[in-house]
Amino acid sequence: MGHGLTLPFQARTDFVENGSLAATVGGFAVNQQQLPMAAVDPLLVVKNVHLEYATDKSIVRATHDVSFNVYQSDRFILLGPSGCGKSSLLKSVAGFLPPRSGTITLDGQIIRQPGADRMVVFQEFDQLAPWKTVKQNVMFALLASRTLGRKEAAERAEHYLHKVGLGRFFDAYPHTLSGGMKQRVAIARAMAMEPKILLMDEPFAALDALTRRKMQEELLALWEDTKFTLLFVTHSIEEALVLGNRILLLSPHPGRVRAEINSHQFALDSAGSPEFQATAQRIHHLLFNEQA
Amino acid sequence: MSTLSHADNTNKRAYPPIRPEYEIEISPFNHEANSHLALEKKLPLVQRLWHIEGIRKTVILLVVALIWELAGRWADNDLLLPTFMQTFHAFMAGIASGELLERVSVSIGVLLQGYALGIVLAFLLTTVAVSTQLGRDVLSTFTAMFNPLPAIALLPLALMWFGLGNGSLIFVLVHSVLWPLALNTFAGFQGVPATLRMAGRNYGLSGMAYVVHILIPAALPSILSGLKVGWAFAWRTLIAAELVFGASSGEGGLGWYIFQNRNELNTDKVFAGLAMVIILGLVVEGLVFKTLERLTIRRWGIQH
Repeated sequence: MGHGLTLPFQARTDFVENGSLAATVGGFAVNQQQLPMAAVDPLLVVKNVHLEYATDKSIVRATHDVSFNVYQSDRFILLGPSGCGKSSLLKSVAGFLPPRSGTITLDGQIIRQPGADRMVVFQEFDQLAPWKTVKQNVMFALLASRTLGRKEAAERAEHYLHKVGLGRFFDAYPHTLSGGMKQRVAIARAMAMEPKILLMDEPFAALDALTRRKMQEELLALWEDTKFTLLFVTHSIEEALVLGNRILLLSPHPGRVRAEINSHQFALDSAGSPEFQATAQRIHHLLFNEQA
Repeated sequence: MSTLSHADNTNKRAYPPIRPEYEIEISPFNHEANSHLALEKKLPLVQRLWHIEGIRKTVILLVVALIWELAGRWADNDLLLPTFMQTFHAFMAGIASGELLERVSVSIGVLLQGYALGIVLAFLLTTVAVSTQLGRDVLSTFTAMFNPLPAIALLPLALMWFGLGNGSLIFVLVHSVLWPLALNTFAGFQGVPATLRMAGRNYGLSGMAYVVHILIPAALPSILSGLKVGWAFAWRTLIAAELVFGASSGEGGLGWYIFQNRNELNTDKVFAGLAMVIILGLVVEGLVFKTLERLTIRRWGIQH
């Protein structure tokens, strides 16, 4: 286990186990479930990736032999305790951290550098340019990457800012916004680029619990709307189960694949259900207790 | 043992009382009924005026002028310390005759040329420094070598290389602007948050576009303070250089005006010349840099 080739079969058994649960939940999950496994090629293929980063004194191995596939319209979660290299993995997909060995391919192309086809939403609020207004920030991405001309960029920025509920804040500067609103701008900016895959690195971790919950709801509503492909890093089991349709569990230091788990059957309101609790328990055991 | 007895004590403490729950139906807040709470109280006029920075600074300047006037009258020596009013008259006479303004325009002309060239070179140097390790080493070595070197000490060398005239002045001006500005700009670039850098690279920005669109705006507080320091250094260097050899160049600037009047023992005109240097400094600081800051870093909330 823990190797790319065996994972689909493990996933398959999960899938059957959870089949009865899946029938009780929302339409999208059921549709997804009926998709034949082999009919589509994965969008993002991470294959035997070793990641290292250098500190002043030594080279630290962040992940060891990690492989996984992300399919079109997946809400794919990287879950693990701190130090499991999940953020490094996301940065590597984004092109900021080249793998020591192994390959990452998006849509058949090997990733070598950062690019606008993989837009990142970071955890930190300072990802927005403070010298630009909300609308200019969204347009800036479109213009700098030469995706659109000025007029079309303005239209698209307005469209996506309306989608995230910031229709009244086009001309506000980021320092006047709350943390949640800043993250909404960052999400609008990333979505406006209409990238092949959206990468989110614990985007809600720095928010208060109530705002976080609201942002999770909104993110799911946006996904229902446009069905983007999402790679989402979190250290919260609950957030992973609620937001994701599939969860990759990473063991701590160095990060190795522990399991892949389905969570398409859970929605925001299933947090209290016994099945949800059971899956959360199972993940907890997989992450922290080797025998379970 | 002591911890155990402590635990015993805490166990013996009574539980907090169980109190009834309650809910209150809240009606929309009535602003008119509560107008006495929301009412604004205006501060007394004197306090409101004192909150205006310009007024506070004007008061400081007036007090300094008053002390000067009193000291001048007390010293009663026009050659050593003319009074404020004498200087003021000399200043106004200089303005009226056009001589002072002409000297200022000569100085400012040279100053702006040297300042602009220094800025261009500083940005080229720091751009190379953020892109390559070697550039970084070159910048840090050069600033360590040349920043402590007084520009005026290079003047004899500049005179040999460029002869008498503007060439030498611009050389020393560039030297006085380049290093402090490069040092500040580079420090500002290094302070740009990693997330913002990654966001910029995420759009595919690189090279010059990355420096112009991400690093320069993000580092603007440091760059502006570098520009201010550079401006002050340039003024000092220029006036000093003109004092040294202004006599030989075709038309003298403000430094030469001061030097000439000292030779002719017109101390009030010396003071008028010095006052002009100070006033120009205040104007540039108060109008140019303050406006720049208000339009940029304060508006963006990078600096308060």
